[in-house]
Amino acid sequence: MADEFKVDLSLDLRGLACPLPVVRVGKSIKDVPVGGIVEAIATDPGALADFPAWAKTTGHEILKTERNGADIKFYIRRVK
Amino acid sequence: MSATAGETQSRQAQAEKPKKASLVVLSGDMDRVMAAFIIATSAAAAGMEVTMFFTFWGLKALKKNVRTGKTFFGRMLGLMYGGDINKLNPSRFSFFGLGRWMFKKMMKNHRVATLPELRQMAVDLGVKLLACQMSMDVMEFPRESLIDELTDVVGAATFVSEAAESDFTLFI
Repeated sequence: MADEFKVDLSLDLRGLACPLPVVRVGKSIKDVPVGGIVEAIATDPGALADFPAWAKTTGHEILKTERNGADIKFYIRRVK
Repeated sequence: MSATAGETQSRQAQAEKPKKASLVVLSGDMDRVMAAFIIATSAAAAGMEVTMFFTFWGLKALKKNVRTGKTFFGRMLGLMYGGDINKLNPSRFSFFGLGRWMFKKMMKNHRVATLPELRQMAVDLGVKLLACQMSMDVMEFPRESLIDELTDVVGAATFVSEAAESDFTLFI
């Protein structure tokens, strides 16, 4: 458990396939204030590459990636 | 001396100006149109301004399920290439509609978004959907036969102007 982050929004993206996880995060990041943190759980293995790529394009920051079985959990900070 | 004021300014402008992507969708194949919408929605979700220009066979991705055609050939085309985005066939293994049915089932089983869902997602994300005027004239698809969410009906020069400002351009 990463209790080190104060999460503003949690997204359950389990079972969703490309491009839905990234599209949902792209929409939801606007719902937290700048500096806020979104926690997203995906099961699409492609997300492991896609979330960092999305962050690179948007300029948002992936603080941490955790794997727990099939679950991949990202902590994303809204930068701008 | 490091960067001049002008350079710093243009760098700042670059940082603030959103990146752009433009796609030509010539194909009316289910798989290709799907790829186009997946890339377009991914780019839009990454904050990019996205333009999709639908031409020739690609227009079917914007069609309503209505009869089209005025002339004999136009009506024939309306019959043979009728229907909406749900009637797109895969580029391979079409088998007179059986392939379409099979791929739809497989995609559903793998929880992949359907084509109408992807198109709606693109609309919701602000992707510009442009239809080619000339193809609409040739194929006798009037504006009313295309979906209401269409951004505009334009010519190639509009696409060229969008593409010239884009960070990446795709022809599908």
